[in-house]
Amino acid sequence: MNAYVGTPTSRVDGRAKVTGAAKYAGEFAADRLLHGFVVEATIPRGRIVRLDSSDALKVKGVVDVLTHTHRPPLADKDEAWKDEVAPEKGSPFRPLYDDRIRFNGQPIALVVAEDWETAKFAATRIRVEYEQEAFATDLESERGTAAKVDQPHKPRGDAAAALTRAAVRHEADYVIPSEHHNPMELYATTAVWEGNGGLTVYDKTQGVQNVQKFLCGVFRKKPEDIRVISPYVGGAFGSGLRPQHQVVLATLGALALKRSVRVVLTRQQMYSLGYRPMTIEHVALGAKPDGTLDAVTHEAIAVTSRFEDFSRNDTGWGEQLYKSPNSRLSHKLVHLDLATPCDMRAPGAATGVCALECAMDELAVALKLDPIELRLKCYSDRDQSGDLPYTSKQLRECYARGAEAFGWARRNPAPRSMRDGKDLVGWGMATGVWEALQMPVAVRIVLTSNGHAEVSCAASDIGTGTYTIVAQVAADALGLPIENISVRLADSTLPQAPVEGGSWMAASSAHAVLGAAEDIRQELARLAKAMPGSPLADVDAATVTLVDGMIASNGRNGPALSIADVMRHSKLERIEKEKLNQFAEDKSHARNTHSAVFAEVKVDEELGVIRVTRVVSAVAAGRILNTKTGRSQIMGGVVWGIGMALHEETVMDHRFGRIMNANIAEYHIPVNADIHDIDVIFVDEPDDRINKLGVKGLGEIGIVGVPAAIANAVYHATGKRIRRFPITLDKLLE
Amino acid sequence: MNNFQYSRASDVADAIRLLAADPNAKLIAGGTNLIDLMKENVERPSRLIDISRLPLRDIEETADGGLRIGALVPNSDLAYHPLIEQRYPLLASAILAGASAQLRNMASVGGNLMQRTRCAYFYDTTTPCNKRSPGTGCSALDGLNRNHAILGTSSSCIATNPSDMSVALAALGALVHIAGSAGERTLALTDFHRLPDDKPHADTNLGSGEIITAIELPPRGFARNYSYLKIRDRLSYAFALVSVAAALELEGNAIIEARLALGGVAHKPWRSLEAEAALRGQAATPDHFGRAADLLLQGATARSHNGFKIELARRAVVRTLMQATSATPQSQAHKKIA
Ligand SMILES: Cc1cc2nc3c(=O)[nH]c(=O)nc-3n(C[C@H](O)[C@H](O)[C@H](O)COP(=O)(O)OP(=O)(O)OC[C@H]3O[C@@H](n4cnc5c(N)ncnc54)[C@H](O)[C@@H]3O)c2cc1C
Ligand code: SF4
Repeated sequence: MNAYVGTPTSRVDGRAKVTGAAKYAGEFAADRLLHGFVVEATIPRGRIVRLDSSDALKVKGVVDVLTHTHRPPLADKDEAWKDEVAPEKGSPFRPLYDDRIRFNGQPIALVVAEDWETAKFAATRIRVEYEQEAFATDLESERGTAAKVDQPHKPRGDAAAALTRAAVRHEADYVIPSEHHNPMELYATTAVWEGNGGLTVYDKTQGVQNVQKFLCGVFRKKPEDIRVISPYVGGAFGSGLRPQHQVVLATLGALALKRSVRVVLTRQQMYSLGYRPMTIEHVALGAKPDGTLDAVTHEAIAVTSRFEDFSRNDTGWGEQLYKSPNSRLSHKLVHLDLATPCDMRAPGAATGVCALECAMDELAVALKLDPIELRLKCYSDRDQSGDLPYTSKQLRECYARGAEAFGWARRNPAPRSMRDGKDLVGWGMATGVWEALQMPVAVRIVLTSNGHAEVSCAASDIGTGTYTIVAQVAADALGLPIENISVRLADSTLPQAPVEGGSWMAASSAHAVLGAAEDIRQELARLAKAMPGSPLADVDAATVTLVDGMIASNGRNGPALSIADVMRHSKLERIEKEKLNQFAEDKSHARNTHSAVFAEVKVDEELGVIRVTRVVSAVAAGRILNTKTGRSQIMGGVVWGIGMALHEETVMDHRFGRIMNANIAEYHIPVNADIHDIDVIFVDEPDDRINKLGVKGLGEIGIVGVPAAIANAVYHATGKRIRRFPITLDKLLE
Repeated sequence: MNNFQYSRASDVADAIRLLAADPNAKLIAGGTNLIDLMKENVERPSRLIDISRLPLRDIEETADGGLRIGALVPNSDLAYHPLIEQRYPLLASAILAGASAQLRNMASVGGNLMQRTRCAYFYDTTTPCNKRSPGTGCSALDGLNRNHAILGTSSSCIATNPSDMSVALAALGALVHIAGSAGERTLALTDFHRLPDDKPHADTNLGSGEIITAIELPPRGFARNYSYLKIRDRLSYAFALVSVAAALELEGNAIIEARLALGGVAHKPWRSLEAEAALRGQAATPDHFGRAADLLLQGATARSHNGFKIELARRAVVRTLMQATSATPQSQAHKKIA
């Protein structure tokens, strides 16, 4: 049954990707295709007084300029603009809707021309007059306006009193800047005009059905009029969870001009999409002399737009992870003249756990305890926030295996005590935690008598490997070689799936495949038993399995029939089964993935240059469906964590309310020279409670904890605690 | 991006003629800087004069034992040329510290000398910038100036010159050969770039109708004791916060001749004859290097966010001179600073 699941199977779409056969949203051709170029606002707040497109329209090749005063109708109710992932509170941004400017870089016009260069040139011929209004974009100067967000959290005990009486206390602000996703692929949509108002929309998105429903609402279309397809996505990391400007604009253009329209954002324009919100994390920990925690308080103050309340769980992780009788959490938002933030890999946890795990390190220093020992003293086998057992939690094992692989026992705890030539050497560690979520997903399997199966589902593969794990699970469940499985994904007409995010797609799609495959097995068993003189006639249908192209009994040892023979004999060319898999609601257990991250840094003592020379990440995430793509997923998270610790920062000039490094030359992410050894360990974590396969998902856990482990290593190397990320050399030299 | 005319120059004289005919024309070589600036609407030339096929790709020995390098030699070819690797490894190292392999393959010597500042305001046409739009003001003075200059600044502009290659050329005492309608002339590299004073829109002393035809290296190459050290926010593919080109001629531990230039700190590669003179005749020790660094950094002033550069530059100078002394130059391929 397990020829593929759990093995390092290579990506089934690998060849298509490296040869260019895989097509992305901006690459689909259409007859008489037009090209749109987005014109963006250059002020952060105010009103468009006049938008003059007359010169642009005179440019040869320009077909039209769409603006808020010149466009097809758009829905006027917020409900229509609220996609599946929209924040509950607020009024989503509507491109080209009215004269209001809500953030710098907001799209205000779409120039549509016969080719992209003409559209881009004509865009420079548009003249805009604004009425500018007073604005604010700086979280730190507006901190005083922070407003509390409702959270389910109930304070436990009396954290304030516990902090006051604590024998050892640590309290500090950790500041994490806004960050942009910068996926390799630019945001793009090709809206193909099918006549009669129908559209096929090729879009870069993490959820085709979300976009399809959204477009139908915004443009008041019937579901059959709009089909959304997104077969490949060149990275998204959360930025493609919500429908983005370009899909609205391309669709608007196609409907206005009754022709196909493509809109591709430039790299610079992608900085006016969502981002990880800047957050000030205030953490206070109180401990007894023996190192057990008595108080955990965590307050996050984060950026959001003026029109939507975006917030994630930054503060709940410490309360969940560590035993403490008293805890108090709060999350506050500062409303600024900026675009609404959005999810970015491990939203909430990447930032919140970063602060928490730096604070735990500082507490360990104050207590003169080894950082792992402190965490073990506070270790909880139950989820503290809900007082629930876990379906599985092998975090202890992560600490042990990670520490051993890293050589943690050889660490001299004194800061500045370890050296390598001119470099100070630092070793730091941190805990990582994420949720193991699962969602309803439906899958259709069509088995043909030639022993081939097509598995289809509307889910996206955003580069995480969904194509591959779906093929693996289907191959095992149907007893076929993986080469005989073809997978179709990310077409809104395929069986239901939510957006791909939150690390829920591996478990959710795998079990949907199992569900549909089970129906196929039952059908085959029934047919096989019904064949005249069937050797399986007396075998219990529930016990037959599909193995090696056979309908087998008693493992492979009893009577068996070939699937192909049974189908041929039953005069069936194909068997088609579609099934929606719902996970039974189970509030009796907490479901989480965990990790222990160990980092070594070398810091040039005189020059402050920091290198992350080793990272060991020991991950407990249930059953790993594919150890090869899984390992890549964790490595990618570690690389991003290095960037978060040392490089990434969206830099704004608050006098203009503008992002000043909106390109990937100046917005730094790690390059090869910044990456050294990364060791990924998957800790065994059997879990027969969470779901049938024991799968938890791996998308986010890889980044969580990494920035803190590095910051803690920098402290260990230099004796300097940098609490404002990213940790750049000027901060060490100060 | 603007619409523009395109001409391909048939020879240097043709390029000069085309330049003279249209004051808004621009030469284009590798295009790696100019095209970016055109996409941002910072440069809006009415005409591009393509010089990339002109026969300015030779590297020849000069009568006095130096080298003459054509303005169109690609940065990569220059860095890997055997004569450069053997006789002027400082130059090879500085080039390899810049940009990426792909960019260096496209970039030309002339274009590298002419590349414009990376000041973020210069790139953003919605913000005031004296260099881009004279008279509008300098947004960096009281804005985001972490990457900006600490030496030779003015109240109109505190931008830095981003070139790595130029820093090594300044240290080596290179010359720039220029041709224009009035004939040919030669400038010392250290006189080629200018300080911003009250005319920051002019990066160099190249006249509007002139073209760089070659650079020339004097015979002295400092091939034994040299190093180029570039300090930046990640270990590769980033512009310098501070960079140092150091070249020494030693007899035993005594300094016979010294060259020092800084990048990332001024509107031009920063060299101080006084600092170099102070090293001559001295022993190659950290103390003497520190004193030279102080002389080189004399008059350095910081704005709100770039104060760290002064101390960083001082330490980087000492480190680079130590690397040069021990004949263990900074590798541009290793993932570490020696
Ligand atoms: C992402 C990125 C990172 C980079 N990082 C670095 C770095 O770390 N260090 C570094 O030093 N550089 C760096 N660069 C800059 C790169 O070195 C320059 O873009 C390149 O050297 C320019 O050469 P080019 O031939 O492409 O010039 P072009 O773009 O063709 O021209 C640039 C300018 O020079 C003028 N010009 C060209 N040739 C002549 C001539 N013969 N006579 C007179 N004028 C001429 C043009 O008119 C134009 O104004 C980077 C560039 C990019 C895009
Ligand atoms: S430093 Fe120079 S380039 Fe930058 S904004 Fe000021 S004037 Fe412009």
